[in-house]
Amino acid sequence: MFVLCEQFGARFSRALVRKLAYLIAHSGTMTAVLPLRTTPGSTRSRPSLRTVLRRVAEAVVTPVLPDDYLDLIAPMRAGADLRGRVVSVTPETRDAVTVRIKPGRSWAGHVPGQYIRIGVDVDGVRNWRAYSLTSPVDASDGIISICVKAIPDGKVSNHVVRALQPGTLIHLDQATGDFTLPSPRPARALFVTAGSGVTPVMGMLRNHLDELHDVVVIHSAPTEPDVIFAAELREWAEAGRIRLVERHTDTQGMVGTDALDELVPDWRFRETWACGPTGMLDAFEAAWADAEITDRLHTERFRPVIIAEGEGGTVTFGTQRITVDADGATPILDAGEAAGVLMPSGCRMGICFGCVVPLKEGAVRDLRNGDLTIAAKGDGIRIQTCVSAAAGHCEIDL
Amino acid sequence: MTATAEKFDLTIDGTAASTPKAPGVPSARSATRPTNTRLSTAIAERRHVPKRSGKADPTAHLTAEDVEALAMELDELRQGVLESRGVEDAAYIRKVIDVQRKIELASRAVLLFAIFPPAWIVGTAGLSVAKILDNMEVGHNILHGQWDWMRDPKIHSTTWEWDSATPAALWKHSHNELHHTWTNVIGKDNDLGYGIMRVDEDQRWTPAYLGQPIYNFLNMCFFQYGIAAYDLEIGKQLAGRGDKEDFKRNGKMVLRKVGRQARKDYLLHPLLSGPSFLHTMAANATANFVRNVWTHSIIMCGHFPAGVETFARASIDGESRGEWYLRQMLGSANISGSKALHIMSGNLSHQIEHHLFPDLPSNRYGEIAPRVQEICERYGLTYTTGPLYKQVASAWGQVISLSLPNPEPGRRRVGIAAQQIGKQVRRKLRNRRPVRTA
Ligand code: FES
Repeated sequence: MFVLCEQFGARFSRALVRKLAYLIAHSGTMTAVLPLRTTPGSTRSRPSLRTVLRRVAEAVVTPVLPDDYLDLIAPMRAGADLRGRVVSVTPETRDAVTVRIKPGRSWAGHVPGQYIRIGVDVDGVRNWRAYSLTSPVDASDGIISICVKAIPDGKVSNHVVRALQPGTLIHLDQATGDFTLPSPRPARALFVTAGSGVTPVMGMLRNHLDELHDVVVIHSAPTEPDVIFAAELREWAEAGRIRLVERHTDTQGMVGTDALDELVPDWRFRETWACGPTGMLDAFEAAWADAEITDRLHTERFRPVIIAEGEGGTVTFGTQRITVDADGATPILDAGEAAGVLMPSGCRMGICFGCVVPLKEGAVRDLRNGDLTIAAKGDGIRIQTCVSAAAGHCEIDL
Repeated sequence: MTATAEKFDLTIDGTAASTPKAPGVPSARSATRPTNTRLSTAIAERRHVPKRSGKADPTAHLTAEDVEALAMELDELRQGVLESRGVEDAAYIRKVIDVQRKIELASRAVLLFAIFPPAWIVGTAGLSVAKILDNMEVGHNILHGQWDWMRDPKIHSTTWEWDSATPAALWKHSHNELHHTWTNVIGKDNDLGYGIMRVDEDQRWTPAYLGQPIYNFLNMCFFQYGIAAYDLEIGKQLAGRGDKEDFKRNGKMVLRKVGRQARKDYLLHPLLSGPSFLHTMAANATANFVRNVWTHSIIMCGHFPAGVETFARASIDGESRGEWYLRQMLGSANISGSKALHIMSGNLSHQIEHHLFPDLPSNRYGEIAPRVQEICERYGLTYTTGPLYKQVASAWGQVISLSLPNPEPGRRRVGIAAQQIGKQVRRKLRNRRPVRTA
């Protein structure tokens, strides 16, 4: 239809088409064909032909959007929601894989060390998780990669490691994060990583190792076979491009800050990047604070697991600036209304979906069957407030 | 926010979490009971508020324990579906949407050449099917929130819009909330005759109902506008009730939607077809008509056929979950038929299952239907069903026969109607006389 529009436009005078299309696109009803209402004094420039054609296309396919049809044929086109096609899933260790993804044309690139959020459908439900990018920024095939390690009970990570098939279309967010290298590059660098914390560092090293002349990497994993990217790291070490301290914590224990003086005597003079479990990062931050060189330490934290309390919690309605304490048996709808929050509602028994609002962060329990729904920052999971009770602190987008 | 991965893999639905399940609904534990008794299966005693006709209670044989047990069985049935809901269901709805869009695209493309009769026929047929799929299996069910669990923002009750004159937002209110909560409660569920018809003996007869076979026919032909007017609660406005501001705002919304839909079907697509302008316009009007007749017929079969129960307004005070379930089962009727019929009816052919569990994915109704039927039998409840032609005929039969007042012993219904009309006319005249003399 869109194509036809364009031909139509070419055949007749462009200006005439523009005028006609403009009127059509703006007529709210068939009878009222009026131009846009403009406030006095406002000088609204004439919309470009592109805009006009878009509006006509919208009018032609209403109530859906032209994008909905284009998604059928070209889901990865420029201008579409960012998606990616899984190119390959290759094992790194027994429970970690590298996933190579061809991003859609809207992909804006990344800085090594940054992460992306990927939206993967697991059992039919879309779940979003963040993973650091490990790929070169200028790959000629435009393919990006992430490394995913399966964690016990990890819904997404286990799915990615064990079930994700090449060819699958997944959803992506643009890269973000400030766990990156500055320019000019530091003269001396120290990277401290544990487990899959090595992934953002790998992203930096694969891209910038040539520009770094004095690099120490302290990398820990439970056992030898668990070391992600072991071969590549060791190869660099053998070639003298990095100094690698590889620790197997099951037998050798964790690298504490007290070991630093021995392992890297000049650690105080190095720009340091650390990524790993919370405990490790806390210890490092304390040590750097003691040495009064906090500005030389960059950390990337795993997001902590939210543990549902099971029974009640504080519920914050951010926009209306109201916070209430709700017990585990009171629907959030009742708790909110009792505190004067304006909330959408309907049947109040879970059937009409008239009360659905986004849960920005927190955990709620379905009062009908006890099912738990947990939202982490950025998820914005829509919940039915009339049958959901707080199961820990909740932030509701109202 | 910071990054890297795995640690924040959170269990989403509690299946993997070791946290204990919360008890169904608060008991003595909480002082703040949910304001809605329908959230609880607990029921103190059975009670029945008779309707005007004094018809017997179809559930009189059930004790409070029975109703509670029934509620628990149905909850369990629902839970079973929830637990097995997954990849295949998600693939199903995506497939239906995909097919619907492709049929629509193809039909509209063919209709660009509607001037050629074969193209007109194929295109019109295809577009009719596309519109029906859009309204029924796709739109109706997505707007019910049946697919919200997928967390796909594109297939979500809060974002979906459909090819119908009524805006999704208004329809969700009048349908999901009002109709599904107050199903078949006389005076509360406006779907019962859409406020213009009498489809149950317990609705009071007035002479205006004499014309209802005609209203119903017209409503069928222009059903999408009928629904829009209905969702707008025009009747309420005319009666002087209802909020003026709301009406104005919603009215604008409806007009905008009606305009957009009409502009697409009766202006833009005909324009795109060039010399086929009029033919395309006629094709689109026909497709809309076919869709109207089909959806009207299916929906009529849901609650109007003989055998469907209605309920007195006072009977639902303090209703428990089990009693609500009872009302849904007795107040709905199914249509039996092929898989194609089920899909084209948006699985509203499984109206009983849909009314019990309006938020379960429609593709699963068929599989739980035998179990619902078995439960009905075990509890001695009627499970109304029949083939499409029978149910449509039965619904029309109700509309026609109930256009006359209820029979009384020894009197003909036409006679009662004539007498009532006479009474009304006389009253009107009497009321006008003082005005004239003044
Ligand atoms: S108010 Fe109807 S689902 Fe919550």
